[in-house]
Order: sequence, then structure tokens, then C-alpha cells
Amino acid sequence: MPSAEPGLLEARRITRRYGRTAVLGGVDLSIGAGECLLIAGPNGTGKSTLLRILAGLTRPDGGSVRLGGVPVVEARGRLGYLGHETFLYDDLTVAENLTFAMRLQGCDVPGALGAVLARAELLPHRDRLVRHLSRGLAQRAALARALIHSPPVVLLDEPFTGLDAASAAALTSVLIEMRTAGVAIILVGHRAEEGWDAVTRVAVLANGGWVHEGPRPATVPEFEERVREVLRG
Amino acid sequence: MADLVRIAFAVAAKDLRVEFRTRSTLLAAAVFAALILVVFNFSRDPTAVPDSVIGPTALWVAVAFAAVVALNRGFILERQNAAMDALRLAPAPRGALFLGKMVANLVFVLLVEAIAAPLAVLFFDLPLTTAGWGLPLLLVLASVGLVAVGTLLSAMAVRTRFAELMLPVLLLPFLVPPLTAAAGASQRLFDGRPLSEVVGWLRFLAVYDLVFVTLGLLLFSAVIDE
Repeated sequence: MPSAEPGLLEARRITRRYGRTAVLGGVDLSIGAGECLLIAGPNGTGKSTLLRILAGLTRPDGGSVRLGGVPVVEARGRLGYLGHETFLYDDLTVAENLTFAMRLQGCDVPGALGAVLARAELLPHRDRLVRHLSRGLAQRAALARALIHSPPVVLLDEPFTGLDAASAAALTSVLIEMRTAGVAIILVGHRAEEGWDAVTRVAVLANGGWVHEGPRPATVPEFEERVREVLRG
Repeated sequence: MADLVRIAFAVAAKDLRVEFRTRSTLLAAAVFAALILVVFNFSRDPTAVPDSVIGPTALWVAVAFAAVVALNRGFILERQNAAMDALRLAPAPRGALFLGKMVANLVFVLLVEAIAAPLAVLFFDLPLTTAGWGLPLLLVLASVGLVAVGTLLSAMAVRTRFAELMLPVLLLPFLVPPLTAAAGASQRLFDGRPLSEVVGWLRFLAVYDLVFVTLGLLLFSAVIDE
């Protein structure tokens, strides 16, 4: 998915195999500031693998990822990532987990924790152990952890998992807010309606590469119809 | 340098907080060490091997195996909810992550020793006053090396399918030199020999510490990043 302009996050010719299976076969991707890209596609087509490669967590077999012109592994502090797991310690409280994340990111300024907890609506749960949180609350804490250092690029792998309707709407508002502020967002999801209002571009990954990409269609059904068409070939 | 210390402190504090909240590993390691000492105590023949020989040996065997239990915990904790990925995503010097993990592991091992050493003194009637200040120095020097190599290898082992089994297999060969030095030096200390007789062992342990702490700081990035 080459872009006319150099993006904030650029991936070139990404390949990745698991054993004999080629999951990604030379994938290009470029996303600029203020864009929100939704990546859709059937299960097992490498969406999560691609996101992990973009985050520098998985090494590609071939190709390169650059963030702001430098290899992504040298620009980790400029990236927020939420995967399938929460990355939280079960035996620490929400506040302790977020404080630790802030210290790792070097953004543990006085008063910052309160603001982060308030933004994630986690203030009433700050002293609860993560192991005692519901899936939805843990997901909110995980999102707060991923965004704690206000990164210019955010990669979210199914961030709406476990969230109730109100929390999902709140997350969509946060995504719109971040996108408007110039953050580049890549969203992987199975249900296009989740976060749809924040999305500016869509792409469909299948058979090791992009089978569709373009600006966001007007409605979710229209997009889903296009996805069905391209997957039917 | 300030970053290194700040992040190492944060990692160590986090690990210690989790452990002191659950107390699971510390308790298991301490009980394990005590059991080894009890078995040695009841299976020895005092007329065949003097207490000053079997006692320090039993102590270091107990410490080594209890340390494996404690070291396994360090990175198993990071597998919880894939927290290791959060460490890998952090723009933190990898040496700081190693140092933080190592310091937390060192505290565990020293706590286990604080329980095991008095038990060894009690069971084998070791003359504590004879050993003097050489004994705490020896315990610390031996523990630093043991923990440095253990932290590095446990970070490698945790990425395998059988992490708990892999660590002892990888670690124990590396522990032969420091354990031999520690057991030899502590026997001489409990025998009331002068400190000058164990200086060679202490120097060896200091060099071992230096080598493996340096290797840990340099190689940790290659171990945790894909």
C-alpha cells in the first residue's frame, strides 16, 4: 500500500513465514500524521503479525520498517502498541502498573498518573489488583498503558475486545481526538463498525498481501460488501 | 547513566513488589533450601566427614538449587499477559532491564541465604564467630555471579517451551566454578583459617562477577529482542 507522500510510519516489502507458510509476501504500508487506517481481513492472514512487525516486536524475514525515517527499533518511544494481551501484571494494582509503564517510558512526571487514570475513567479502580478487574476494565487499563506516553504513532490490535458499548464509544472518541491532533493510528479489527467514525482509510489483507485499499467508504455495510467482493476474487 | 539507574530501580522495585505481595517464590525457595539442609543433616556420618566440610558444602548446594527456583520466577512473571512485550517496547536501555532483574533476583537469593545460612550453622554446628566478616563478603560475592549468569540464562530459557526445565540445564554448568570457590572458601573460614588463605577464592569470585555482569549488560538486548 504505497503512499504518494512519505509517511510517518513506512513499511517496505515486509515478508514473514511461519514454517512453510508465507503469511506476509512483500507488504508495503505507509501512514501519515492524522490518518487512521483500518486493516481488515479473514483470520490467519497476518494482520496481527504485521502489527507486531510494525511495532518492532517481531522481526520480518525481509523488508524494513521505519518510523520518522529511522528503523522502528530505534524509535520505540514514539510508538504505542496494544496487542491481544494486556501487558499488565496481575499482582499489581492499576495505578502501580501505569506508574511502572510511565517509568519505562520516561514520562513519570508528578500528577501525570491522575490525569491518565481520569482520561481512562479508571480513577475508582486505581487501587484494584489487575487480577480482580473485569475483561473490559483490564482492556481500558491496557489501552491507558499503550497511550501513556502520548505517542505520535499508535498500533491497536482489536482494541474493542471486551469493551461495553459505552467504553467502545468512549474509545472511538479518543481515537478521533488523537487523529485530529495528528496521531497516526493503525487499527486491526474484525468488526468494522467499532471505531468506524475515527477511520480515514481502509485496507484488506489476504493471501499475503493487500487485496483492497482506499479511502473509507461512507458506510460500514458498503465496506463489508467490498470486502466480500474482493475476498470472493 | 541516570536513565540506567532509574529504569533498573523501577524494574527491581516492580519485581520485589509483586513477590512480597504474593510471597510464593520466596517461600518455596526458602523451604526448598531448608529441606536440602535437613536431608544433608540426617544423612551425614560425622565420623567420616567433619562438619566443617559437609556443612558449607550443604549450604551452597541448598543455595544453588533454591536460587534456580527464584531465578525461574523472574521471567516467568514477564510471561504473564505478555508483559515481556511491554519491556521490549520500552525505549529503555536493555542493560537497565538486565540490571533491574538482576538486583531483584539478588535480593531473593540473599534472603534465601539469610534463612539457609543460620540453619546450616545450627545443623552442622559451624563456628560462626570463627568465620567472621569473610562469610558475608563471600555470600555476596558468590551470589552476584550466580544471579548475573542466572538472570541472563533465565531470559533465554523463558522463551523456550520448557522454561522451568531449561534453566537448570543451562545454568548449573555455569555455577560449578563459583560454587566450588564458595564452598572451598567457606570451609576454610569455618576452620578458622586466616582471611589471607581465602583471598584467592574471593578474587576469583570478584572476577567471575565482573565478567558475567558485563556480559549480561552487553548481551541482554540480543537475548530479549527478536
